[in-house]
Amino acid sequence: MVDHSKKFQAVLHIVMVLLSLFCLIPIILLISSSLTDEEVLIRNGYTMIPRKVSLLAYKYLLMDSVAVLRGYGITIFVTAAGTLMNVLITLGLAYPLSRKDLPGRNILAFVIFFTTLFGGGLVPTYIMWTQVFQIKNTIWALILPGLLLSPFNVIMTRTYFQSNIPEEVVEAARIDGASELTTLVKVVMPMSLPIVATIGLLASLAYWNDWMNGLYYINDDRYFSIQILLNKMLMDVQYLQSTTISGAGSALAASLPSTGLKMAVAVLGALPMLLIYPFFQKYFVKGITIGAVKG
Amino acid sequence: MQRVNKSKSRVKKIYRFLPLYIFMVPGLVYLLINNYIPMAGIVVAFKKMDYRKGIFGSPWTGFKNFEFLFKTKDAWVITRNTICYNLVFIVLGTVTAIAVAIILNELKNIKMRKLYQTIILIPFMLSIIIVSYLVYGFLSQESGFINKSILAPLDLKEISWYAEARYWPVILVIVNLWKGFGYSSIIYFATVVGIDKTYYESAAIDGAGRWKQVTCITLPILRPTIIIMTLMAVSKIFYSDFGLFYQIPRNSGPLIEVTNTIDTYVYRGLVKNNNVGMASAAGFYQSIVGFLLVFGANYLVKRLDQDSSLF
Repeated sequence: MVDHSKKFQAVLHIVMVLLSLFCLIPIILLISSSLTDEEVLIRNGYTMIPRKVSLLAYKYLLMDSVAVLRGYGITIFVTAAGTLMNVLITLGLAYPLSRKDLPGRNILAFVIFFTTLFGGGLVPTYIMWTQVFQIKNTIWALILPGLLLSPFNVIMTRTYFQSNIPEEVVEAARIDGASELTTLVKVVMPMSLPIVATIGLLASLAYWNDWMNGLYYINDDRYFSIQILLNKMLMDVQYLQSTTISGAGSALAASLPSTGLKMAVAVLGALPMLLIYPFFQKYFVKGITIGAVKG
Repeated sequence: MQRVNKSKSRVKKIYRFLPLYIFMVPGLVYLLINNYIPMAGIVVAFKKMDYRKGIFGSPWTGFKNFEFLFKTKDAWVITRNTICYNLVFIVLGTVTAIAVAIILNELKNIKMRKLYQTIILIPFMLSIIIVSYLVYGFLSQESGFINKSILAPLDLKEISWYAEARYWPVILVIVNLWKGFGYSSIIYFATVVGIDKTYYESAAIDGAGRWKQVTCITLPILRPTIIIMTLMAVSKIFYSDFGLFYQIPRNSGPLIEVTNTIDTYVYRGLVKNNNVGMASAAGFYQSIVGFLLVFGANYLVKRLDQDSSLF
């Protein structure tokens, strides 16, 4: 019996190891390729293990490319500003909705929920943002359309408040004379760190990874974020060459390792999120499960 | 007298909740702009769009835009692609996610279980642009892993992946599964892990094997979660992941037949071909049919299982 169950566990582990490899192998291929010498790449193609290591692609990207550094700057700013506003707006909607005594609560909840059922689609949205709000080729184009608020996050956060903040606690704060703002900041928020971390992570993920707003609304390269830059390079690898510090004619630009360079930019685009992720992972898994099960 | 009291208490009540309403203002204003105004703008499908006059000032054209759209073969192709891909994604995605959730739950080694959870969520963290680089690493004709390291050593001919449509349905299904199965596995796992252990213990005493336990305890308990998740996916069956269908095939012309969906069609119409009329007609078609599908799916579930419906 014991032996049987051991065998069973071993089978399960084998399945999970295979699935993990399935997830990781493309990423290993990417990283390895970005570290491989250009000549070897041209001869052997992208491989799982670099046969000759070269850091030239990274050296070029980090030392000589204005576009990559500016892209990082744009992405970091947009992610920080967007996430902060997103979290504040989400809490602003979710907390009142979680209060069972709020008059008009059901109508307001419906107004939010309805946006998940029906939408105008890309054409009217595009025309509105470009014609009425004139956001084309401004930093607002990367922050405002679509990403500032997710109705699902509002519903998830409201559910979290309802099932984790006892009504008595809020009531007690009110009797003590605390204003609603004080109650929210000093009483409710400290009890809600997992959900705040979750929506913060989801929002920052959406901003960091966003390329659609860039595709729709940006064609001025001063506002290219990392993802838009990656998108541009996917179609045209020579694009980076035109943005070097030392000028297009320089020796480094001339020997541009374009095959490996592509992969190196992709690594730079993915790395920050992958590095932050393990620290948030605990909250993240907790958060999606709370929202999913009870939402 | 009573009436005065009542209205006074109402004013008092509104006053008491005023701060809460103020908290909601930014979010409601944003939804008005980002979601509700474009909903009204959907009438653009019945207009001949003139950018100088705006959506509401442009002249009406009746159903002209729709006539043009449905006269082409495109309307059929984009509808077929959007729905068929989604159906495959839903079936494969759900089966994989439930299987992985059950396996995770059966694992006794908690440390390893956590590690697996972390790893299978990694693809979910990557932008579709990065994923398109990953796919390119495998499929690139001159330096891709498959052509250079698998086909060449076997003396097989190189395949120009980005020019041959017949491989793409499979490629897109694999990419979609790769990116999404971790996330949905975690959602199902959350339900599985919450199941009372005593059910399994008493089932084991009654002689139920592992498979029997899964089919008679785990799956029935998962039923509401499966229904809700599937319902949400079905209600989005008229929508596709724009990035998956536009970026992963690198917008390659020869692949259009199998990669064009409603969303890529609308984008190409609006931005690339400057054909706002047809794009807006396709967008209208998507919004309306999508909306009807949500209600249809919800109605069906309500009839089958009262408690599991979405609204």
